[in-house]
Amino acid sequence: MSDISTTNKYRTILIQPVFESNPITIQVLGICSALAVTTSLKSALIMCLAVIMVLTLSNTTVSVIRHHIPASIRIIVQMTIIASLVIVVDQFIKAYAFEMSKTLSVFVGLIITNCIIMGRAEAFAMRNSPGLSFLDGIGHGIGYSVVLITVAAIRELLGTGKLLGYTLLPSVFEGGWYYPNSIMALAPSAFFIIGLLIWALHTWKSHQVDKE
Amino acid sequence: MQSRVATRKVLFIALVVSLVCSAVVTISTIMLRSVQEANRQHYMQVNILNVAGLLQSDVALEAQLQQLETHLVELDSGKFYEVENPEAYDQRRAAKDPRQSKVLSATEDIAGIKRRAKYAPVYLLRDDNNRVKTIILPIHGNGLWSTLYGFIALQSDTTTVIGVRFYEHAETPGLGGNVDSTGWLAQWRGKKIFDSRRQPKIQFVKGGVDHDDPRTIHQVDALTGASVTSRGIENLLKFWLGNDGFGPFLTRLQSSGGKL
Repeated sequence: MSDISTTNKYRTILIQPVFESNPITIQVLGICSALAVTTSLKSALIMCLAVIMVLTLSNTTVSVIRHHIPASIRIIVQMTIIASLVIVVDQFIKAYAFEMSKTLSVFVGLIITNCIIMGRAEAFAMRNSPGLSFLDGIGHGIGYSVVLITVAAIRELLGTGKLLGYTLLPSVFEGGWYYPNSIMALAPSAFFIIGLLIWALHTWKSHQVDKE
Repeated sequence: MQSRVATRKVLFIALVVSLVCSAVVTISTIMLRSVQEANRQHYMQVNILNVAGLLQSDVALEAQLQQLETHLVELDSGKFYEVENPEAYDQRRAAKDPRQSKVLSATEDIAGIKRRAKYAPVYLLRDDNNRVKTIILPIHGNGLWSTLYGFIALQSDTTTVIGVRFYEHAETPGLGGNVDSTGWLAQWRGKKIFDSRRQPKIQFVKGGVDHDDPRTIHQVDALTGASVTSRGIENLLKFWLGNDGFGPFLTRLQSSGGKL
């Protein structure tokens, strides 16, 4: 009996942040980077990987030492851990995805200030075991990624007619029929798409709608 | 007593966390440095070809670089300085070495670089008659946040620009960072960077340049929302094409009719 409930608990922690309590559409955190890196799918994918890495590792690390962190300096300890992880991830991107790092590095640096990571460290990792915190990190990372990848795919496809560089809708500039929608290349389109996603998700999971 | 123990613990944890975190950051930076350096080197070489419009995506980079001749130039005299392996020369390191560089006075140092190496590499492409057809020069100077490193490519008349391109900088993305945008870079083609008295002349203009107008031959569009970056690029070009930069070399090359 207890086995089933623990498995369920793990599953809930991992799956719930993907749709039920998605950090972007429900908690509306981490919007800044969601606007900036979603002009192309490739940059969004690398950003998602970076966020999942940082979030999982920071959650686990904070959880491991949670009993030793004095309450008076807990925020600064969390920030130190998060900032260090972000620098390490940024160094890896500069080493193994150099072309991407040219456009992405400034936003990778801003992961430090992404509320999702700080929020999970403070709200979850400080109170739960490393294993659970690890799952929570992955879950929220995936929840963030689902939204980012959806937005980026829509923006890149409608903005350029391509996905990951492959032409799906041949544009008029290359002799095709599709007129690229240039607003998709600009930040406001990300607002529109995230807004529509929130609407769609609230309609699907209607219990999430705020009670009047 | 209780509070003293607590304070000690706070300090201890803060110290341990800081030490462990800095160790992790240091180790990862040192371990990845060689890979990053190789990336940087490769990107710089791509830019040498790209600035002159020579880059072909389907040919190996080494083979493409072989068509270029690399020389070191003694900047003050403008003469070639013959060395075994000019490709291995590191201008950035030389600029920090007091024996290989000179300190620039405040009036000389319009590019904001403080020290300038005595020697600088140049990359030349020759035509079938062994005359210099294309000249590629390394340039650098301060923008708003960072030093911009790049290249300028000139035609055989040493005045007409083929291209300008920066391969390393940390200017604000979307503002000064637009030095990398293809639209801004494209307008350099065909501009003249010297006036009739061979003084460097390039103006950054606000509000758009009509590139078809012959009077705009010394003008380019300033970067929108990036006055300091624009001024920095204007100054670094004036410096590197002037007497403290490649001026003497370009004059020699021009008067030799490309037979240097």
